[in-house]
Order: sequence, then structure tokens, then C-alpha cells
Amino acid sequence: MLYILTHYWSELIQGLGYTLLSSIIALIFSTIIGTMFAIFEVLPNRAMQIIGRVYIEIFRNIPLLVIAMFFYVIIPMYVAKIDGFTAGTIGLTIYTSSFIAETVRAGILAVDDGQMEGARANGMSYWQAMRFIVLPQAFKIVIPPLGNQFINLVKNSSVLAFVAGFDLMYQGNSIASLSLDTINSYVVVGLFYLVITLPLSYYMRHLEKRLA
Amino acid sequence: MKKTYRFLGVIGLLGLLIVGLSACGSRKALSQQDVLTNDKASKTITWGVKADTKLFGLMDVKDNTIKGFDADIATAITKKILGKDGKAKFVQVTSQTRIPLLKNGNIDAIIATMTITPEREKQVDFSNSYFDAGQSLLVKKGSSIKSVKDLNKAGTKVIGVTGANSVANIKKYAPKAQVLELSDYAQAMTALKSGQGVALTTDNGILYGMASQNPGYQVVGGAFTKEPYGIAINKGQGPFKKEVNRALKEIEADGTYNRILKKWFGNVAGFNYKEASR
Repeated sequence: MLYILTHYWSELIQGLGYTLLSSIIALIFSTIIGTMFAIFEVLPNRAMQIIGRVYIEIFRNIPLLVIAMFFYVIIPMYVAKIDGFTAGTIGLTIYTSSFIAETVRAGILAVDDGQMEGARANGMSYWQAMRFIVLPQAFKIVIPPLGNQFINLVKNSSVLAFVAGFDLMYQGNSIASLSLDTINSYVVVGLFYLVITLPLSYYMRHLEKRLA
Repeated sequence: MKKTYRFLGVIGLLGLLIVGLSACGSRKALSQQDVLTNDKASKTITWGVKADTKLFGLMDVKDNTIKGFDADIATAITKKILGKDGKAKFVQVTSQTRIPLLKNGNIDAIIATMTITPEREKQVDFSNSYFDAGQSLLVKKGSSIKSVKDLNKAGTKVIGVTGANSVANIKKYAPKAQVLELSDYAQAMTALKSGQGVALTTDNGILYGMASQNPGYQVVGGAFTKEPYGIAINKGQGPFKKEVNRALKEIEADGTYNRILKKWFGNVAGFNYKEASR
């Protein structure tokens, strides 16, 4: 195991970098997109609700690998040249956003109706009430399940390996086949994932304690 | 204080996990038993073959069997070792899974377009070579890539398959090119079609199969390496290896080998039958 670590250190660090980068990009955008579609779903507007529903149901129910392969293969053929890293990260963002949308929607629905009504009665517009009254409370409620989604996101970033995205899993496969030491290669890769997910997990717990 | 204990607990747990996992690697199992004796008793040899490679090993969805040159050679060798009623059982492998599966004892031997290399010889034993392959390039018809030299430019993307020897080779022959490793040949071909790379590199036998399936693509530049395929067998299986080599010699001598070669490669454009026959 030490041999794998020392001998393939630069590959592993490169993999860690790409995994981190992809995870951070996907985390930011999937939270934004997810929240957007969650709001669509609770808007008092039938058309918007349907748009939200369709988006969530499509991307929540297709395997991540299929979505990533779609962006890797189909988009470059007909739309724009994108490489594996971009395709994988887009796929990861869209896939995760559908789960985050469902999570945030549950949070919004868990906030008492009276909050929205009270805010409106005090002269706030719908959007102001949503932004300043409902969403902050909703996010507080959904921090634990959101933490789950974020951790899943980091682990799901391993989908990049299948579209040549140079992430940790890609390097892991490559190292395993070069060194022919499959077990230790994947143990090392697993430890590198822990380096990302454990602090994330502890941070989410810390947030939960601080805000609850 | 309580926090420190908890932290130590987590570290300890991780330590146990690692020790546990590495213990899996050192345990002696199925793979230590004598393959030849087991196979003779069960009248079956279990072969690891590719199922995604045209001409060598391809899953036929109509009857769910794997067909190809590798599969036929494996069947012929099985009959020579176990007699007429011997059965060849095929297990689908990829470049990544074949060595772990062999080491676990899930398969008795690998006959899956596997090149004999010194690094691999440290892990497994090889029979005599059963096919003289060499690495080549598959490109879109009309591509500016004519040989491996054309790839040696910064920013050129070449597609390979993870675990295949060809990836290491292309890094040697065209060090400036960027290599994209995909998980199998079907995916690599798809990536080539969608323009993720300008060329697909692997053994010519496989590329001929791909070219015959995809009319818009051709093999260029000829073989730039010598990569004989061998049958991989676990270390310490001397008697089984000897039997495989004997059987291989026999099918070469009695014409079975050439018949199988003709059956699969006879119609492939650009394939040099005279050079490959034995």
C-alpha cells in the first residue's frame, strides 16, 4: 500500500484535485438549480409545477452513468465539443440537483403555512417572503438530508472515471491496471475519498448543531 | 476529553478497516488448488474471455454465448486436454477484471486478447503465444493521422482502454499526446465516433474487427509494436500450463488452428493470413 502511495503519488493527487474540483462545481450549481426547481414545485402556478415535476422525475430516475454518457457522447456529436471532465460534471450537477430539489421542497413544505401568510400580511411580496422567511427556515430543516446528498455527490463523482475525466476513480483504475495490485490500489483510492467526505460529513454535523 | 476519545475511536476503526481489507489480499484460497486435477474431475475448463471484442470474443445475444477466435481456440484446447466430452465454460472478463478473476480462482485461464509482457509475467504465467498481434491505430476515413508519429503533438487526444497494454505503449511512442482511458472497447469506439479523440489505439486484431463493423473507419500506420497474445494461467499451476502448451502445439500441427484463423479473419480486409497462419 505504501508502494502505491509513493509510486503513484502525483497521479493520486491529480485525481484528488479533479474529484474535488468536479465536486465543488457540482455542489454549487446543483444546490442553485435544485433550489430553483424546488421553488418551481411549490409555486402557485400549475405550469411551473409541471416543469419542476418533469425535470425532477426525469433526472432522478435515470442512472447517473447514462446521463454522463449522454453528455459525453451525444452532445459532442451534435452540439458542442465538451471533454469527459465537463460532461461528467454537468451530468453530476443535473443528477444531484434533482435530488436536492426534492429535499429542499420537503423543507419548504415543512415550514408552517403561517410563516408565508404572516410575511405576506406584513407587506412582503411572494418572492421576498420566500427569500427572507421561508427558505432560511427550510434550509435549516433540510441540513441533515442535504449533507447526505453532498456526500453522495462526492462519491458519485466517480462517474467521471467512465468518461475519462481524470478523477480519483479513473486514476485508481489506471493504477490498478499498471501496478496489477488491485486490492491496494482501491484501498488507497477509498482512503482518498475519505479525505474529502469525512471533513464534509463533520462540517455538515457542525452546521446542524450550530443552526438547530 | 470526550471528544478526544471519540476521535481516537474513529482513527482506530479506520485502522481496523485497512488491516481487514489488506488481510483479504494475503489469504490463500481456491487459486492455490491444482487446476488440472479439478478440471479433469469436473470435465470442464473455465476460461476468461472478452465479450465485447469482435472476431476474438463477442457475446451473441441470440443464444447468449460468447463467440470468436479466442473462444474457438479455448474450446479446441479444452477438447485436446479433457477429451471429446470436455466442456469449455466461458466467463466474461474485461482488461481490468481478468487478472483479479484469475487470482481469485473464478477462472482457470485467461484467453482474452492478452499480450505477454514482463510486468504481467510477474503476476501470472503465460502459455506460448497463440496469436501474433501488434498495436495499430483506428481513425476516421480521411483523417490527417497516418501513423503513430502524427499523434506526437501536444493537445492530440488518443483513446485507449484502461488496463490494456496499448495505453502504456502510446505514452512511449507519442509522449506528447494525451491518452483518454475508457473502460471497454465499445465505449472507446463511441468516444472516437463522438470526436473525443482523433484515434483509437489497441491491438490490430481488435481494430480490424472494429473497422469491419464501422465502415467509416480504417486502420492506419501498420503495427508499430510486437505484442503476441498468450493464455494466462495462475502461478504454481505448472502441470496445467504444460497441458495447455501441448494442446496448443497439437491444434497447430493438425490444422485446427489455421481453420479457426481462417474462419474469423479470412474475410477481413488488410489481414495478412499467410503471416499469421501456423
